[in-house]
Amino acid sequence: MTIQPIDSTSSAKRPRLAIDGLMRTASAWRMPLTVLVLCTLPWVLPSKALAVNVLIYGTFAVGYNLLFGYTGLLSFGHAAFFGGGAYLTGMSIVHFGFAWYTALSTGILGALLLSLVMGVLSIRTRGIYFSMVTLALAQLAYYTALQASSWTGGENGLRGFTVSKIDVLSLQIDFLNPLHKYYVVLLFTALALWLVSRVLKSSFGAVIEAIRENEVRARACGYNVERTKLLSFVLSGGICGLAGGLSALHLAIVPLDTLHYHTSGLVVMMTLLGGMGSFFGPFVGALAFLVMEDVLSLWTSHWQLFVGAIFILFVLFLPKGIWGTIMGLGDR
Amino acid sequence: MDLQLIAMQLLSGAVLGAVLVMTALGFTIIFGMLGVVNFAHGALFMVGAYAGVAVAMQTGSFWWALLVAPIAVGAIGLLIERLLIRPLYSRPPDDPILLTFGLGYVLVEGVRIVFGNDGIPFSTPSALVGVVNLGIGYFPIYRLFVIGVVAFILLLLWLGLEKTRFGLIVRAGARDPQIMRVLGVDMRRLWFLVFGLGIGLTALGGVLAAPMRNVSPEMGTIVLAEAFVVTVIGGLGSIAGAVVAGILVGLVVSMTSLFAPEMATISMFALMALVLLIRPQGLFGRAGV
Repeated sequence: MTIQPIDSTSSAKRPRLAIDGLMRTASAWRMPLTVLVLCTLPWVLPSKALAVNVLIYGTFAVGYNLLFGYTGLLSFGHAAFFGGGAYLTGMSIVHFGFAWYTALSTGILGALLLSLVMGVLSIRTRGIYFSMVTLALAQLAYYTALQASSWTGGENGLRGFTVSKIDVLSLQIDFLNPLHKYYVVLLFTALALWLVSRVLKSSFGAVIEAIRENEVRARACGYNVERTKLLSFVLSGGICGLAGGLSALHLAIVPLDTLHYHTSGLVVMMTLLGGMGSFFGPFVGALAFLVMEDVLSLWTSHWQLFVGAIFILFVLFLPKGIWGTIMGLGDR
Repeated sequence: MDLQLIAMQLLSGAVLGAVLVMTALGFTIIFGMLGVVNFAHGALFMVGAYAGVAVAMQTGSFWWALLVAPIAVGAIGLLIERLLIRPLYSRPPDDPILLTFGLGYVLVEGVRIVFGNDGIPFSTPSALVGVVNLGIGYFPIYRLFVIGVVAFILLLLWLGLEKTRFGLIVRAGARDPQIMRVLGVDMRRLWFLVFGLGIGLTALGGVLAAPMRNVSPEMGTIVLAEAFVVTVIGGLGSIAGAVVAGILVGLVVSMTSLFAPEMATISMFALMALVLLIRPQGLFGRAGV
């Protein structure tokens, strides 16, 4: 069974409906619409901290989806970029006293470099090996952080870098106020969404989808498949690094678990639950996952059992995820 | 440096290697025969260890645990294949990875519900306690016992695969399932049995590891990573590759812990990175796979 692209233009086969026009307009304005919806989130969700988490993990999933959903590479090592971005952001403040924006840039830069190295190693392997190699390399990052405890704080995590004020253009924003924090983070999320939206609309975006659909054909068409995959890997890693850096600023601590295999798995689950290979999907997935965690953990400490079971059901019966299935309903 | 110390360390590296081979064996067989990357491998290893603990507590005997736990978990493996893996054979190769990943979550949480969050101490069976002098130094008897079991299992596997009709079909099926189906072999039944066997071996690895590792719900994560490292270095999911890679990794980890102990856990991943740079298909892999 081949994967049907979500934004397929197969609508020519059936009569045009009013909803089609609406959908097309929505698709053209997807960036501003997403940001508009996200602006209302702190008032809809039970807590402001949850809303900030949705933004951070939504960004993480959007960056991950560029590789998994659009390029078709299932990485189980993205904790290295999320955690790498978080650690480098935190360490720049703790050890070098950088300002928040320099620290965040360092985090993104570090994640880009890390993903370049990991990408060069893992893209040499084909197909099914890729997931194993990315996981093993991410474990290498985890154990490195555990060993280098004088830099990273080891098992206790990195502490002691509370950012209380954010100054943008001589404007002082109180970063301890959850609502202010939400909108600062939203600014960066919007930036990441805009970047991904641009990438997907570019010819590069078409090439990565071509590789996902048929790698041999893409190669025969003269595209440098390895280099394209690597670029997609690095872009994805950079965005995940941004998400990690934001999470460090948000929590004012980087737990060692940020680099753990479970963080890699988390983003895989969010992306698949929401709908891989669709623009909104990962955000929907992050929202659904975090709300589910929030609600389930209220009445059982074993909420992961339900999360795992729901995930298995999605793989078996709804591989297009929540958003992909909703979008697919119109195509029947 | 003292030569005797190095010889001692080399030997304990080989022992560690044998443990790693046992850790990766079930994973390698399922990967090699079915092409399924089992991300629940670590979790099933952990379930095997817990099943061993449960049986040993009920019967008071390690030997019963060694026999009963792998068979019981192997039966669970058959159930998993029938209900969860089989619907995915016609799907893209990533789908079994995703599904088994979710399954790992469920298994870990399930064990937490039954046995609690904390680790369970599992003492070495009394007959295998103590050390033995091998001329260059003292060795824990239990580790030598593990080498013996691994060698025995490998011999059985080799005989089964090379000398029996069933083994012939399994090998042919791994190479070209399409042709085998044309020849009238029920591949689904074959995969069903091989999956059960692989999970049983995974559980056996768990029981054998129980006295050496801390039995806890999280023990599977490192096991999964180790199995990946061994398989990637060995290449193609071949059993010979896994054996050579396992012992190689054991030697490297053991030698690094002699010269730079803080790098010991990192060294196996560094070795994998090195192999990927020089031979991306793994030591025993064919190019283009």
